[in-house]
Amino acid sequence: MQKYINLPLTKDKVLALKAGDRVYLTGEIFTARDAAHKRLCESIEKGEKLPFDINNATIFFVGPTPAKEGQIIGSAGPTTSYRMDSYSPILLKHGLSGMIGKGDRSAAVVEAMKNFGGVYFAAIGGAGALISKCIKKSEVIAYSDLGTEAIRRLYVENMPLFVVIDSLGNNLYKTARKDFKESDF
Amino acid sequence: MREIDVGLVSKTIEKLCIEANCALPCDVKKSILDFTETEVSPIAKQILKDIKENFEIAEKENMPICQDTGMALVFLKIGQDVHFVGGSLNDAVNEGVRKGYKKGYLRKSVVSDPIERINTNDNTPAMIYTEIVDGKNVEITVAPKGFGSENMSAVKMLKPSDSLEGVVNFVLETVEKAGANPCPPIVVGVGIGGTFDKVTLLSKKALIRPLNKRNPNPFYKNLEDELLLKINNLGIGPQGLGGKTTALCVNIETLPTHIAGLPCAVNINCHVTRHKTEVI
Ligand code: SF4
Repeated sequence: MQKYINLPLTKDKVLALKAGDRVYLTGEIFTARDAAHKRLCESIEKGEKLPFDINNATIFFVGPTPAKEGQIIGSAGPTTSYRMDSYSPILLKHGLSGMIGKGDRSAAVVEAMKNFGGVYFAAIGGAGALISKCIKKSEVIAYSDLGTEAIRRLYVENMPLFVVIDSLGNNLYKTARKDFKESDF
Repeated sequence: MREIDVGLVSKTIEKLCIEANCALPCDVKKSILDFTETEVSPIAKQILKDIKENFEIAEKENMPICQDTGMALVFLKIGQDVHFVGGSLNDAVNEGVRKGYKKGYLRKSVVSDPIERINTNDNTPAMIYTEIVDGKNVEITVAPKGFGSENMSAVKMLKPSDSLEGVVNFVLETVEKAGANPCPPIVVGVGIGGTFDKVTLLSKKALIRPLNKRNPNPFYKNLEDELLLKINNLGIGPQGLGGKTTALCVNIETLPTHIAGLPCAVNINCHVTRHKTEVI
């Protein structure tokens, strides 16, 4: 089903999203990759305040290319999500609702999504130029020393995504290919 | 003997870094369009159309096709009658990469040490592959390589008794395991033979062979076709969301090997299979 969703992703919105939905997302999201995830989790462990309100937040796993003069952001497609698997459950426990990336997640992440109400979206990997067109604002808000891996606050308009794993644990990566699989090896 | 100033090498690499990252090779574009026609899944068809729109925007606006503008792989085929002057060749290559990645607003994705992990902030050093060939020219290929797909690559020292079946299974197993991670549709480079290190180089070289150029040996050409068919029957599809277009192409490169071994390497590349060549 096609759905137009306004952020933040409150838990009722999370519950309504189903694996296979084509979603157009509008609102504020935050960028973070490996290094930023490591720091966020270290801060949580130390009881420090996070650089943004994680409650009902959505994180986009991306490290964009630098913006040229007059550009809001450079190319900005998703990075492979499994590298964030050891960190995501901690963030979900502290209120994170949405994650945007590419590729399958671990059982522990899916379990945390079911327990705390989270949804995992896939953006098209390698479509960085196309995705950059729906990013209307971008501002580095933390860890600027990390360069491309810094945390940015983005405002996106109708960002095209697929719900791949929903809050019940349904997983399109596992189910969709069955219809097209003609042989094992 | 022909003297070539390393400054020319630098300038050429600077330009190739930007061009390779912003414009997809024609053979890759054509293959994506062809598979869009034959794809049966509606979601997969839509994804392939989005991928086309993406490379069109990138080319038109001279912006990177993908935000992972890769490690810069630089292949140098150096004619044996060439004498480089004006400085160190290695430094010149890195200078070209440094300037290209800055000028092209490309992402700096290299860390100076694999454990310490501090970004070098200029995408150097490049991975440099040199080969001495006949003649007095230098062929330079820049192939920016993303790591979503590099991380899904694998090498295996098969036994001779594993034979062809072992090779086929290893390739399929590697693609199956990779799933959605390397941004399918992918290009699969397969190396067979040689030694532990040479076989991986073969698989990498297979990735810069044009998609419309088959292995000249009919046996391996048929194997390329067979593997492509089998991979596309796995059902993974574009972005792993199901479909018939998991790979655009399988390229195989081979070398003689030892009586006791059957090395096999699978290097995976994404639909953003980039490379650009110039001869100086
Ligand atoms: S695997 Fe390729 S398409 Fe995907 S993010 Fe990396 S470079 Fe881009």
